[in-house]
Amino acid sequence: MNSFHYHRASSLDDAAQRLGRDDQARLLAGGMTLIPSLKHRLLAVSELIDIARLPDLQDIRIESHEVWVGAAVRHHQVASHVELARALPALAELAGLIGDSQVRSRGTLGGSIANNDPAADYPAAVLGLGATVVTTQREIAADDFFLGMFTTALEPGEIIRGVRFPRPVQCAYAKFRHPASGYAMSGVFLADLGARGRRVAVTGATDAVCRWPEAEAAWQAGSTPPAFAHDGLLGDIHAPARYRAHLTDLMFAQALQHLR
Amino acid sequence: MKIQLTVNGQSHSADVEDRTLLVDLLRDTLRLTGTHVGCDTSQCGCCTVHVDGQAVKSCTMLAAQADGCEVTTIEGLGAQGLHPVQQAFTECHALQCGFCTPGMVMATVDLLRRCPAPTDHDIVEGLAGNLCRCTGYVNIAAAVKQAAQQLQGGAA
Repeated sequence: MNSFHYHRASSLDDAAQRLGRDDQARLLAGGMTLIPSLKHRLLAVSELIDIARLPDLQDIRIESHEVWVGAAVRHHQVASHVELARALPALAELAGLIGDSQVRSRGTLGGSIANNDPAADYPAAVLGLGATVVTTQREIAADDFFLGMFTTALEPGEIIRGVRFPRPVQCAYAKFRHPASGYAMSGVFLADLGARGRRVAVTGATDAVCRWPEAEAAWQAGSTPPAFAHDGLLGDIHAPARYRAHLTDLMFAQALQHLR
Repeated sequence: MKIQLTVNGQSHSADVEDRTLLVDLLRDTLRLTGTHVGCDTSQCGCCTVHVDGQAVKSCTMLAAQADGCEVTTIEGLGAQGLHPVQQAFTECHALQCGFCTPGMVMATVDLLRRCPAPTDHDIVEGLAGNLCRCTGYVNIAAAVKQAAQQLQGGAA
């Protein structure tokens, strides 16, 4: 690891100020991607600003129409929260499928969506549910938040406070895990939002999380969607694009069977 | 930077580089070499310790992040004779070379805290972050089940 300065933020303002005045500084939450990236020297930073313990970022709140999850809430907390599992069963289940148990002890919601790894799980839930990302500066609709591979709408110095998820009528997540890494080879999140329609989000199969409009229409009509196709389908040593597309069809069908 | 943490019940102050990993503090500074380093990619789980009661990979956490925390390593677990999980690993022959064992044991203790009566599936999922290249996992799973029974019996 290259050397850097570590700073534990005393408040969100403190973190935002430091982040704003140094473009080589990075926020640190769980560090489950950031620390391995630093160890492998894929990344060098001047300063890590640790926001993991900030009290403003720790809440899970279950309200009548929505669920709030703070940015620094760990995956294990989401996976084991009894009321959350009742309100948003697929979100709790998804959190329990991230990485391994040790990763779930440390990794956070905010870190996952800020990183926007194309095979991460949380982006599928945030986009699939049409959630709202609340930052220190504004509220960003999920449809406007995820811009592409490892890219989001976050501006320099902007910090995620948490995510507001609508409570759906039904939802489900089905994931084909890479057997070594635990990341999604394909993951499909379904959300029936009643009057606000039905949404389908896909992660792992393409260069960034995306909606699948054909599946949304087919689900609404009660028909089978055409085979998954996308310009950004990923193909690599683990699975060619054709196989990932096929997995996506299967995960959609599997998720339909698990709607709750 | 100066940090203060409690390791196996003992308070320690240390002056570390900001980039120091928790595992390096434990092994190199505190000489607690029971925590192993088996990979460089956060995959093998040999370096698993507990931070504030939760299993974490100490190679993927900065010492600075553990400032003010309670850390338990394999040395702390067996401080008063073998822990029931260690006893079960011994009795079920859940190790061959033993390199992964400290991490396996620490991960198992956390698994049984979260899930006191695990199914086979719970065990496979719960220990997915720990690799063993010797045993084929069969005896490890048997040890986890035996330890679960032991711990539940002890609590009843």
